[in-house]
Amino acid sequence: MIYNFLLKITGSSIAASFIQSLLPLFLFILPFALFAVLAERKVSAHMQDRLGPMRVGYHGILQTIADILKLLQKEDIVPHDTDKSFFNLAPIIVFVGSYAVFAAIPFSGAFIGANLNLGLFYIIAVSGFVVVGILMAGWSSNNKYSLLGAMRSAAQIISYEIPTILVVVTIIMITGTLNLYTLSEMQTSSFWNWIIFGGPVWGISKFLFIPLMILDFLIIYISTLAEVNRTPFDIPEAESELVAGYHTEYSGMKFAIFFLSEYANMFAVSAIIAAIFFGGFQSPFGYLGNTLGLPWLIPIEQFFWFTAKGLFFVFVQIWLRWTLPRLRVDQLMAVCWKYLIPFAVVDLFLVGLITVL
Amino acid sequence: MMGYFKKGWIALKTIFIGMKVTFKHLFVPAVTIQYPDVKLQLPERERNRLYVNMDDCIGCYQCARACPADCIIIETVKAIPGENLGQTSNGKRKALWVTKFDIDLAKCCYCQLCVFPCPTECIYMTDVYEFSEYYRENLIYDYVTLTPAEREEKKINFANHEKEKAAAKAAAAQKKDSETKKDEKKP
Repeated sequence: MIYNFLLKITGSSIAASFIQSLLPLFLFILPFALFAVLAERKVSAHMQDRLGPMRVGYHGILQTIADILKLLQKEDIVPHDTDKSFFNLAPIIVFVGSYAVFAAIPFSGAFIGANLNLGLFYIIAVSGFVVVGILMAGWSSNNKYSLLGAMRSAAQIISYEIPTILVVVTIIMITGTLNLYTLSEMQTSSFWNWIIFGGPVWGISKFLFIPLMILDFLIIYISTLAEVNRTPFDIPEAESELVAGYHTEYSGMKFAIFFLSEYANMFAVSAIIAAIFFGGFQSPFGYLGNTLGLPWLIPIEQFFWFTAKGLFFVFVQIWLRWTLPRLRVDQLMAVCWKYLIPFAVVDLFLVGLITVL
Repeated sequence: MMGYFKKGWIALKTIFIGMKVTFKHLFVPAVTIQYPDVKLQLPERERNRLYVNMDDCIGCYQCARACPADCIIIETVKAIPGENLGQTSNGKRKALWVTKFDIDLAKCCYCQLCVFPCPTECIYMTDVYEFSEYYRENLIYDYVTLTPAEREEKKINFANHEKEKAAAKAAAAQKKDSETKKDEKKP
């Protein structure tokens, strides 16, 4: 475990846990955000038969670094009529909300920020924290578009949390645990033990679970998409209607923090889906470390598989963004209340019946 | 009830159809070009920035008169005897010093009407279309090849020549006058 290793180096548990808590930020979220922004622009460009950024570095590889440098140099503008203290606090709260989620995400067998028994519950609870920051940003900006965006965002995130939680409850009924680490460990050895393929327990119930789990996966994917405010559910920051939604008035580094937390959120929900349905950090087939007899290789491989799964779902999010048009507010609510929630409830009942029998 | 399921199914199915379309386009080569590095072939009769070849210009004002936007301003000075201005490329003799040939490209409407009347084909459209400026004054193009000092010199030369001519004429007139007066006195 990384924590024990850090404890041995530093000799103090406070320093070790402090360094450990900063690791995902500097080793993962920042590089990921740099990569994801570029990927978003490149993927969108190629889907529209364009080339995207081509100037900075080979095929524009360094474009995001140039953008970050630009944002760092910018003046920190606070508009005159804003509520100054809340205006400055909002990006921090949003970022804290999305960063805290990473504490319970098992990146690999050797690294998990906090091995909580209530991992899934904690993640859902803490990601609700983002709404506070978004509302705060919208209200303190003293701008009608910001406020509209923030209100829409709050309505959307809160209503889409219901199908997410219903699906999570379904998963708990099968696995009997909220701990993401044990959840991933359960789906070990091969891909047919993944929960999307009915879980690790063999029997008739496994095959009955498969269609239900695919439905569950679709529901949770759609609802988490809405929770991170991505197209087709991007009405909180609909650029053609609301300028940029709740972060209209932000510029420079504060805007960059909003951006960073948005991309961190994207990866967080993808990681949760990967951990719940697709075996988390487990390889779909055996490990190279086992066959070669190199035990230290396994955690690195696990990290690779985890990021690969997470990045795949991030790619699907980007892909969907450039495929679907934006939903209207009433359509948004209709999708949630008329389709996702009834299906999730029925799914919950059926899974309950199967597990009882 | 069936309508409800059908609607949901169609929504889901069409999402996948749309995703298939966009995924295919991910591998379609780009239709755009990298503009400043690569440029599209211009059409054969494109009309862009004007150019004046001053070696051929005879200062005939035809282009300035044809211009609907009045953006060509020409001033000429007659050559004094003894000065050889040479010939244009199609054999016309040049008789005027062109001391001012300004085209205000901010006013120019790129109609090409000035090109056709030119007797020596010295004003024509080029293929340059990237010449934006920060100040409007920079769009007034001066095509005269003479230096400002030379321009002044030509003007002064001509003025002196005129003066000399006028003086000579006056002298001649006086002479004639005195002769006629003498003639008058005779009888």
